[in-house]
Amino acid sequence: MKQRFSFGALVRGAAGGHRHWQPQWRTPAMKRRYQVIVVGAGGHGLATAYYLAKNHGITDVAVIEKGWLGGGNTGRNTMVVRSNYLFPESTAIYDLALRLYEDLSRDLNYNIMLSQRGIVTLAHSRAELDGMARWATALQVNGIDSEIVDRDGVRRLVPTLKVADDARYPVVGGFLQRRGGIARHDAVAWGYARGADSYGVDIIQNCEVRDLIVRAGRIAGVETAQGVVEADSVALTVAGHSSVLAAKAGFRLPVTSYALQAFVSEPIKPILNTVVLSPVTGFYVSQSDKGELVMGGALDLYNSYAQRGNFPAIEGVLSSAVEMFPFMSRLKLMRHWGGIVDVVPDSSPIIGKSPVQGLYLNCGWGTGGFKAIPAGGFTLAHSIAHDTPHPIAAPFALDRFATGALIDEAGASGIAH
Amino acid sequence: MLLIPCPFCGPRAQIEFAYGGQSDIVRPKTPDAASDQEWAEYLFFRDNPKGSHRERWCHRDGCGLWFNLLRDTVTHRIARSSPVDEPRGGNA
Ligand SMILES: Cc1cc2nc3c(=O)[nH]c(=O)nc-3n(C[C@H](O)[C@H](O)[C@H](O)COP(=O)(O)OP(=O)(O)OC[C@H]3O[C@@H](n4cnc5c(N)ncnc54)[C@H](O)[C@@H]3O)c2cc1C
Ligand SMILES: [Zn+2]
Repeated sequence: MKQRFSFGALVRGAAGGHRHWQPQWRTPAMKRRYQVIVVGAGGHGLATAYYLAKNHGITDVAVIEKGWLGGGNTGRNTMVVRSNYLFPESTAIYDLALRLYEDLSRDLNYNIMLSQRGIVTLAHSRAELDGMARWATALQVNGIDSEIVDRDGVRRLVPTLKVADDARYPVVGGFLQRRGGIARHDAVAWGYARGADSYGVDIIQNCEVRDLIVRAGRIAGVETAQGVVEADSVALTVAGHSSVLAAKAGFRLPVTSYALQAFVSEPIKPILNTVVLSPVTGFYVSQSDKGELVMGGALDLYNSYAQRGNFPAIEGVLSSAVEMFPFMSRLKLMRHWGGIVDVVPDSSPIIGKSPVQGLYLNCGWGTGGFKAIPAGGFTLAHSIAHDTPHPIAAPFALDRFATGALIDEAGASGIAH
Repeated sequence: MLLIPCPFCGPRAQIEFAYGGQSDIVRPKTPDAASDQEWAEYLFFRDNPKGSHRERWCHRDGCGLWFNLLRDTVTHRIARSSPVDEPRGGNA
């Protein structure tokens, strides 16, 4: 049985010089056969394994990861969580995720440091504010908390933001989802890993999946750096590498891989207690518990697997930053990095069956799938256990690109992250 | 910053260019006969390789012309640049 975290355990640990803490998951040897193999130990893969075990009693599961768990986009993202998407299908899945997040620290007995500090989306023109009024109202109709704020409201929420008429991007108002905020990305990966491991799921790190074994249109297993492993079902949760693995199984996806960058400043005293996002400049920012400003912006807009970004995007993000928040011009950047994101034409995920029987997909989250991790895992586990899509995930099937039933969040809300 | 060789103007900075994605996407020849899946492939499905990618760029702030580039998506090394009407052939 896993050690449980609690105040009592902390006090006891302190008394013993904190020498009693044990590793949070095993490093097991890989078996030659599993009922289910999950490829990729990012948040979505680990959550899939956790819910397979917890909700469906399927524990003969391996999560096979080429690097270290949580080292992909899950450990590289800017941690924004929210559920303010436009269409009802999106609302259903992103709010399922947010509701699961709201209970996740307790469910996993692992503090994911969810901080529902609110997210303000800025309007820089009257037309944009009108669009947001429609957006916020649609959200309310779909049962999601959202409210329109005027310029003074924005000024009160974010005093350091330049809102005046003579600003390059004057702010006329915005809209707010108070339940939005940030959660600790590593903790989400580690918490799900620990949870899945405690049910007996094998997490195999440093083991690349090099090929998928397909026999007569059905998945039979995977070929890894440590040899062949058989399985009844295989799930691909590899984000930016989805096309690469799909090609191994003989099909293509409507996915393009791009590099997305993020930036953190040196730590400063608390100055920003909400998340601010500007669809016009593409810039968004929050302040971490350590005091760093965590910032992001637009993609590097050409196919890339390089996991590092390019200077034009850096310049774009940082010039927006100093224009909107003049005080930031005096800050130093501590780090910046990139992740490879899986972008789909309608900016909605692909969850469920693939053209190969027994092979399941969870990809296409693009620039915004951290917030969706609990729901991606929850619905994919259901799809695998029952070989039918979870009702909430059904609209996100791959066949929507042939039927035309796209869920065009790219066109609708035009927002990322 | 990528240094992109426009076949007409020579090497120029990336910010002068617009990206157009995968090259040589062929519209279904007999539209009425094409299946929904064929339309989906044409409109939405892409190769997205990790490695050599034949792609289309436009020298937006220069000569304004589209051309093909053979670029590695991991190293960003550019192997070849050619006018857009050059047949695919054996070169790129
Ligand atoms: C800079 C940046 C900022 C972002 N900001 C936000 C944000 O604020 N909010 C938000 O909601 N989302 C954000 N995102 C998006 C979010 O990070 C992703 O959508 C999400 O983390 C995807 O999770 P995943 O588990 O699908 O993928 P990943 O976490 O990338 O996991 C995939 C795993 O698969 C592994 N893998 C790949 N190929 C193989 C193979 N052949 N064999 C074995 N393993 C393999 C990889 O090593 C990786 O660990 C951001 C992304 C980036 C890059
Ligand atoms: Zn030119």
